[in-house]
Amino acid sequence: MARILEVSGVTKQYGGLVAVNDVSFDVEEGEILSVIGPNGAGKSTLFKLIASFVKPTRGEVRFRGERISGLAPHVVARKGVVRTFQETTIFKGLTARDSVIVAHHLRSRVGLVGFYLGTAAARRDEEEFGRSADEILEFLGLGEVRNEIASTLPQGSLRALGIAIGLAANPKVLLLDEPFAGMNHDETHHAVELARAVRDRGVTLLLVEHDMGAVMKISDRIVVINFGVKIAEGTPAQIQSNDKVIEAYLGVEDESIGL
Amino acid sequence: MLMSRHINLIAVAVFLGVVLVVVPVAISATHRTDLFYTLSSVALLAIASGGVWLTFFIGRINIGQGAYALMGGYVSAILIVTYGVSFWLSMPLAGLFCAGASILIGMPILRLRGVYFAMVTLVLTEVVRLLTLALPITNGAKGMVSIPPPGELSIFGLTLIPSFATLSERNEAFYFLSVIAMCLCFAALYRLVQSRVGRLFVALQQNEDLASSMGLNVPALRVLAYSISSFLGGVCGAVFVAITQSIYPSSFTIADSVNFMLYCFLGGLAFVFGPMLGTLVLYFGWDLLFATGEYQLLIYSGILILLMLALPNGLLSLRPSSWRRS
Repeated sequence: MARILEVSGVTKQYGGLVAVNDVSFDVEEGEILSVIGPNGAGKSTLFKLIASFVKPTRGEVRFRGERISGLAPHVVARKGVVRTFQETTIFKGLTARDSVIVAHHLRSRVGLVGFYLGTAAARRDEEEFGRSADEILEFLGLGEVRNEIASTLPQGSLRALGIAIGLAANPKVLLLDEPFAGMNHDETHHAVELARAVRDRGVTLLLVEHDMGAVMKISDRIVVINFGVKIAEGTPAQIQSNDKVIEAYLGVEDESIGL
Repeated sequence: MLMSRHINLIAVAVFLGVVLVVVPVAISATHRTDLFYTLSSVALLAIASGGVWLTFFIGRINIGQGAYALMGGYVSAILIVTYGVSFWLSMPLAGLFCAGASILIGMPILRLRGVYFAMVTLVLTEVVRLLTLALPITNGAKGMVSIPPPGELSIFGLTLIPSFATLSERNEAFYFLSVIAMCLCFAALYRLVQSRVGRLFVALQQNEDLASSMGLNVPALRVLAYSISSFLGGVCGAVFVAITQSIYPSSFTIADSVNFMLYCFLGGLAFVFGPMLGTLVLYFGWDLLFATGEYQLLIYSGILILLMLALPNGLLSLRPSSWRRS
């Protein structure tokens, strides 16, 4: 296993507030790594730092050895680090299929002028994107709703659509923002299966998550942060028995970590 | 699919037949040649509104198209008067100049969203007006007058378009010039929004963060849309100068910028031909209300408010459902 993503000494300050403080960890190729922490721990900021939506004050993120911090988000996406958003962030007015087709943009071999003129190569691209979009939608169980307008889809489907849009960009690392939030037991179970299936397609997964049960089930490794500082890192079993984590984050309610 | 293609082709043919044959024949028959001037204005304003529509299409409220119309007008006037360039060359050059300027202006201001972007564009018209008052080359408040009409356009000695100065009915010639320019601009816009580029623009309109995480170069696409929009504004200004043979700092004001936006709103933002219809209806509506004298503005704005309440998606939301894009 190779290191695909290195987060080293990343710090983000907003004025006097230190949202993320000197956080370091590595992500191995092909693993599912979760970042957990209580509300306001700096998870979301860390997430934005990795996808380069914000610039770190100090430290850097490397993808396959190459520094990606400070690059524009679309450049980072082109390199293969793609983030998804929570379910409210979709292309609301487009159909599921159109959303996924648009998200294939990175794979296009034709420039904008080619698409404008509708050259043969552009049409080939379009057909290929359509086929690939259908395949991805089918894979995520969205085949039947692909022609529905995204804003009319139920929450569970929106999550899947978010992942579908992410997959269309052909990522090496996919960052999932709270993929299990607000789901019931069955939905979570289904989503965990989906995430595993995505990983089996050769995509490394990095997720930020609240839902302890799901995180413990799905993750190969877990990074715990609190008040912007990394307080633990390890396998689910190691995290569950880590005193610091239990004390700082999980409190005394052992049920919530799935024990 | 094939069916709707046929319907589209028929609609285009009917439209071209009406604007290029029926209307000119009817106007000539009734000797109301002043209508040629009115309809030329409608066509030109529709071009500028089409540009505004494109910035709406990427999710930006643009109240600054007057700036580019004024800029395009002056560029064309200066090229013709000071440098002796032919109108046929100065028209596209004016558009390109505006597109270039809008790239420089757009790069910083397109980072703004919603009302903030709208406010800055509102100021733009005033900035350009003040510039034309201050710069030596634009001749200040006196403006530029006696601009020669478009000359002959010929390729290899073959006259494509005769010199407008030799024509007996110049208004009719300007009518054809404006309407053909409008048809070309809207055909190009239609193609743009129907192509994949249009879908990328929709992705921008819907969610810029998500679009950039999909690898779309959001800043570049925004500037592209804005520069096309400004190009259309510049072309509108250039042809306007040719028709009126003059340009003043007050030729396009903030009121015009607001009107361009209203034409889009009223015509319908969902469909590329919305601004065309909006311009026609509002321009004529304003003229028709002239008889009401001092109540003109009151009635006009009252009707606008009612229209927006009743048809929030514009006049084109009344179109038959078979026309709607699937």
